[in-house]
Amino acid sequence: MKDLLQNPDFQLVFWSFVKIFVILNGLLGVVSYMILAERKVAGRMQGRPGPNRVGPAGTLQPIADVIKLFFKEEFIPAAANKVIFNIAPALAVIPALVSFSIVPIGPNFTVTDLNVGLLLFLAMSSIGVYAVTLGGWSSNNKYALLGGLRSSAQMISYELAMGLSTIGVLMLTGSLSMVEIVKAQQNLPFILFQPLAFVIFMITALAETNRAPFDLPEAEAELVAGFHTEYSSMKFGLFFLGEFTNVITICSIATTLFLGGWNGPWLPDSLKFIWFFAKLAVLVFFFMWVRWTFPRLRYDQLMNLGWKILLPLSLANVLVTGLAMYWLQNR
Amino acid sequence: MTAQILFAALAAVLVVSSLLVILHRNPVTSALFLVSAFCSLAGIYLTLHAEFLGMVQVIVYAGAIMVLFLFVIMYLNLQHDLETGVQTAVRRGIGWIAGAVLLAEAGLLVSKRWAVGPIAPPEAVATPGNTQAIGIALYTRYLFPFEITSMVLLVAMVGAIVIARSRRERGDEATVRRVRLSALPDSDPRVRTAALAEPSAHPEGTLAKGDRETYEISTSLGGAVTPPGEESSR
Repeated sequence: MKDLLQNPDFQLVFWSFVKIFVILNGLLGVVSYMILAERKVAGRMQGRPGPNRVGPAGTLQPIADVIKLFFKEEFIPAAANKVIFNIAPALAVIPALVSFSIVPIGPNFTVTDLNVGLLLFLAMSSIGVYAVTLGGWSSNNKYALLGGLRSSAQMISYELAMGLSTIGVLMLTGSLSMVEIVKAQQNLPFILFQPLAFVIFMITALAETNRAPFDLPEAEAELVAGFHTEYSSMKFGLFFLGEFTNVITICSIATTLFLGGWNGPWLPDSLKFIWFFAKLAVLVFFFMWVRWTFPRLRYDQLMNLGWKILLPLSLANVLVTGLAMYWLQNR
Repeated sequence: MTAQILFAALAAVLVVSSLLVILHRNPVTSALFLVSAFCSLAGIYLTLHAEFLGMVQVIVYAGAIMVLFLFVIMYLNLQHDLETGVQTAVRRGIGWIAGAVLLAEAGLLVSKRWAVGPIAPPEAVATPGNTQAIGIALYTRYLFPFEITSMVLLVAMVGAIVIARSRRERGDEATVRRVRLSALPDSDPRVRTAALAEPSAHPEGTLAKGDRETYEISTSLGGAVTPPGEESSR
């Protein structure tokens, strides 16, 4: 027994499991309260109180929501492709949770420090497209199918600009590891060197998470509820969970890449994670702010923005970064 | 030990899903099994310490190419397959021939022991990993093939855009005529006939492109304007 406890492999696996457990549960808890926060923010912006009946000031609302979701009747359309219909909601949540494993929360708290961490995030966000596409297709409903197809086109288009906007950071750090990227921002966050990349990243992040003003896949005025029209009960809940987990994951990636992650003044190393969560909260609030402020884009506008503006801009950003680095090194 | 178990599991998933790609009847399910094959292949790359390759495999193949495949498959209505018996026979014949050729090739390779590489996985590359190694190889030793490949891809892309665009422009002309018809007031039969006529039926060919655009704009604004080219041709 003692040998086993001393074994470095065992320790690695054990601590990884502990970290995964903490992050998984923390994340799910945060997501449910994020939904409450979103509703409160929406209420504030529209001059109404928001949910305030369940518990003091509505703080127990998420629990009531989740219980309601679990007890709702589960309905699967008769002509649906049942296997894929059941897989799709899980596919919405898993990639978002997996990409959180590379985010350095504090100086000593990452689940894993992959040497290709940034690529893992991009890979997972490209896998996330399947949930929406397959969910829409397998429901055998025209609105759902159209929503699914729209989203796959949208996410593929914006993935390119997103990947390219991270290259500037990559060039400055010379590493794909998230831990290295945070360490490289010890003095100054990369947003000061890569402001354009940050803007592009946030816009594409909104599109990748299918949130307003890029929530075309579920444009309710045209497509009922889009890809999740036929989903009910906890399967719908999983799509919802996936969306909000995605928001948190993508905001933490943005925090890590551009805002310096857990780096910050005053606090000792053991409390540096507070900086991380503070920056994360600001970005998440930004997402909500945008959602309740801007109207939805039309489909052709969306495609034009992605391909004709964001993609060339992010390419130009790579070029300018490269030239500036070359100039500074050879001065 | 762990590496062997991982390899066995990933290889099993890879083989089974590759088989199901060709054996499953539903094309969407086939495509999904191909995705799972790509992902397990990426896993095998990871066990060989080729992290960059594994991730790029997922991003490019599983994330981009297969989504486009699915996209196309979903547009097809496969319940109503209008293929005749002859077409099926031809397709099957080609399939058998291609399969036989591939089998012969595989037999040749195995019999000459040509395809067998080192069995033990290579040692782990020290940090910063093989991303840098791939970058150095691509931009120094293999720079020319790399650039040629990107050139070929660029040409293919431009070709695809040209084909798609010329088709769309032809489509646009039909739309323009329809728009003209619906936008024109009934009280002016002179303009109506002019709009109805095929653009190629005009003695001087079609209207100049700029003219047509001005005409469209003015009609969409509600004015019954004769197209500028129309006066001179009459």
